[in-house]
Amino acid sequence: MPATSKATRESHARVFDLDVQSLRELNQALHKLTPGSNETAWEVLNPKGNHSVAVGVDQPVSIDVRGSVGYYCGGMNSGGAITVHGSAGPGVGENMMSGSIVVKGDASQYAGATGKGGLLVIEGNASSRCGISMKGIDIVVHGNIGHMSAFMAQSGNLVVLGDAGDALGDSIYEARLFVRGKVDSLGADCIAKEMRPEHLELLQGLLDRAGVTGVKPSEFKRYGSARTLYNFNIDNADAY
Amino acid sequence: MTYRNPPTTPRKSATFDDYTLSEIRRAAATGIYDIRGAGAKRKLPHFDDLLFLGASISRYPLEGYRERCDTSVVLGSRHAKKPIELKIPITVAGMSFGSLSGPAKEALGRGATLSGTSTTTGDGGMTEEERGHSKQLVYQYLPSRYGMNLRDLRRADAIEVVVGQGAKPGGGGMLLGQKISDRVAEMRTLPKGIDQRSASRHPDWTGPDDLEIKILELREITDWEKPIYVKVGGARPYYDTALAVKAGADVVVVDGMQGGTAATQEVFIENVGQPTLACIRPAVQALQDLGMHRKVQLIISGGIRNGADVAKALALGVDAVSIGTAALVALGDNDPRWEAEYNELGTTAGAYDDWHEGRDPAGITTQDPELMKRVDPIAAGRRLANYLKVMTLEAQTIARACGKNSLHNLEPEDLVALTIEAAAMAGVPLAGTNWIPGKNGF
Repeated sequence: MPATSKATRESHARVFDLDVQSLRELNQALHKLTPGSNETAWEVLNPKGNHSVAVGVDQPVSIDVRGSVGYYCGGMNSGGAITVHGSAGPGVGENMMSGSIVVKGDASQYAGATGKGGLLVIEGNASSRCGISMKGIDIVVHGNIGHMSAFMAQSGNLVVLGDAGDALGDSIYEARLFVRGKVDSLGADCIAKEMRPEHLELLQGLLDRAGVTGVKPSEFKRYGSARTLYNFNIDNADAY
Repeated sequence: MTYRNPPTTPRKSATFDDYTLSEIRRAAATGIYDIRGAGAKRKLPHFDDLLFLGASISRYPLEGYRERCDTSVVLGSRHAKKPIELKIPITVAGMSFGSLSGPAKEALGRGATLSGTSTTTGDGGMTEEERGHSKQLVYQYLPSRYGMNLRDLRRADAIEVVVGQGAKPGGGGMLLGQKISDRVAEMRTLPKGIDQRSASRHPDWTGPDDLEIKILELREITDWEKPIYVKVGGARPYYDTALAVKAGADVVVVDGMQGGTAATQEVFIENVGQPTLACIRPAVQALQDLGMHRKVQLIISGGIRNGADVAKALALGVDAVSIGTAALVALGDNDPRWEAEYNELGTTAGAYDDWHEGRDPAGITTQDPELMKRVDPIAAGRRLANYLKVMTLEAQTIARACGKNSLHNLEPEDLVALTIEAAAMAGVPLAGTNWIPGKNGF
C-alpha cells in the first residue's frame, strides 16, 4: 500500500512528500518556522531510509514520518515532537536538546547519542551503543538494547523494558540506568544500585511519559556509577 | 710525589641523558605516566630547514612597501553558501574554555578579530566571551560533544569536525579535576572536580562513509550555509586528506606533532604522529590527485612561529596556517616576568607545560579566579593582533622578494632545503644541488 494513502493523516497537517520534494526543502521549511506559526503539524511521506530527516527542528511542532528513516533522524531536535512510523537508522535523536522522538519500530546504533534533553522512545529494540555519552536525555526502550549501551553516559535516564547486552554503562558518570530484564554484563565502574523510593517515583514518571502501561517500576533494577574512576588512581589501571 | 694517571672527564650517556634519568626516577616514585601540555619538544625537521631563494636575474622582485602583496584567503567555497573570508592566512586554532580561562578566550577572539581572521572554540563548548568578541568563530564538533547545542551551532561561522590533533592523533582530551570549576562542569554536564577524559572516537559515526553522512546532517541542520572543516592529526596525511575530501569537507585541517594540547601523556606527544613539515606535501598531493587543490582549502598547524614559517607553508601548497601555542605566548604564556612563580612550580619561563594543573602564573591555562585576573583581555588581544600583523608583514616581505603579488603565489620552486631530511619531506632540492630525495628514482 503506498504511504500516501494512509487514512490516519490529519487533514490540517502540512504534507511533505520526499518522492517529490528534496530533503533540503523539508529541513529548510522546518527551520523557517517561527514561534507564532500555525503550521504546527507536519507529515513526511516516503522517507525511504533518507538520512537527516527533520534535523535541527527548533519549534514545538509535531512531525509524523510515514516510513523508515536512515541516519540521524531528528538530530539536535529542540522542541519538536517527531514520530517515526517505521524503523530508524543510526543516531536517531542524536544530541537532542528537548521535545520528543518516538520510533514505532526498531532503532540502529547510537540511538540518542549525546542527547542533552527531551524524551526518546523506541517501541521496538535498540542496537548497540544506545544512549552513548548521553547528557540529560531520557530514553525508554520497550524491547532490548545492544552492547556498550550508555558508554560514558553523563546524565539523564535510560529505561529498558527488555534485556541489555554486554558492557552496559561502561565508564558511566551520573546517568541512571533502569533495566527490567537481564544484563549480559556491566562495563567498567558500572554497578547495580539500590532502588529507593525516589527512583521508583522517577521511573514511574518516565514510564508514564513514554506511554508504557502494565509495567511496574518494581520490576526493574537500577544501575549507575561506582564513581571509583572519577579521579585517576594508578591502582585502578586494571579497570580499563 | 706519586704519579697519577690522567683521569677521563666524567661522561654522561647520550641515551640515558639527564631528562631520561629524571623521568625514570619520577616514574619509579609515582607509578604514573607524565602528563603535560604543549606539543612535541624534541628536535624535528622543521621550516627552519628550508630557505627561500629570493629574486635575482631570472626572477625579479616586487617593491617592498609600494607594490601590493595580497594576503587574503577564502575558506569553504566548495559547498558553503557563506564561506569564511579572512584578511590574513593565519587563523587561531581551537583551544577549549576549561583548558583556558575566560579572559584568555576573550583575548584570542579580540586579537583575531582586530586582525581580520577567525578563532576557534574547543572541547568545552562556546562561551559568550569568545562569541561576543570573535567576528568569525569556528565551532568545533568533537567526540565529547560537551556543550554542543543547536543555538551555538547556528551562530557559528564555520564548523570544524575534529577527528584528531597533532599532539595526540588517536587520543581524546583530558582535563583534570582541579580545573573543573562550577562553570566548566556545567558546560560539560559533569560533576565538579572529577578528572575528565574525553572520548577519542566520535560517538555516532565510524569511518569515512559515516563521516560523509554526519557532514550531510550538519549541513542540513545549518541550511548549507556554513563551511565544514575536518581536522586530523598528522598521522596519515595523504589518506586522511583524501578521505576528508571524499566525505565532503570544505576545508581540511592537518595538525602536525608540534601542535599543542592542553594535556596528555608525554609519551604520546613525543612518539605518535608526524612532524608538521612531513605532513604538508602528502596532504597537498592528495588534493592535487583529486583535482581539489585550492577548491578544498588546506590549513596546516603545529609549530608555526613567524612569517617565514607562514610563507614556507604557503609555498608548499597550503591555503592557511593556524597557530595555538604561539598565540598563547603572545597573550603572555611563559613570560619571564613570572619567573619567580615558575621557579616555585619547579620549572622556568619557557619550559612551563603543566597546563593541566591549573596553576598557570600567567593566568591563561587556569580556572583560578585570582590568577585569571592577570590576563587583561583587551591588552592581551592587542598583543595577539600585533603579533599576527608582524607575521603577515614578514611573510609579505619574503613573497615580494620572490616576486609574488600574493602570498598564495609562493611555490615549491621558491624553496631549497638545508638538510636531506627536509628536502625529502618538503619535496624541494637540497641547497646547492638539484637533488630531491625520493624523486626521479634516487
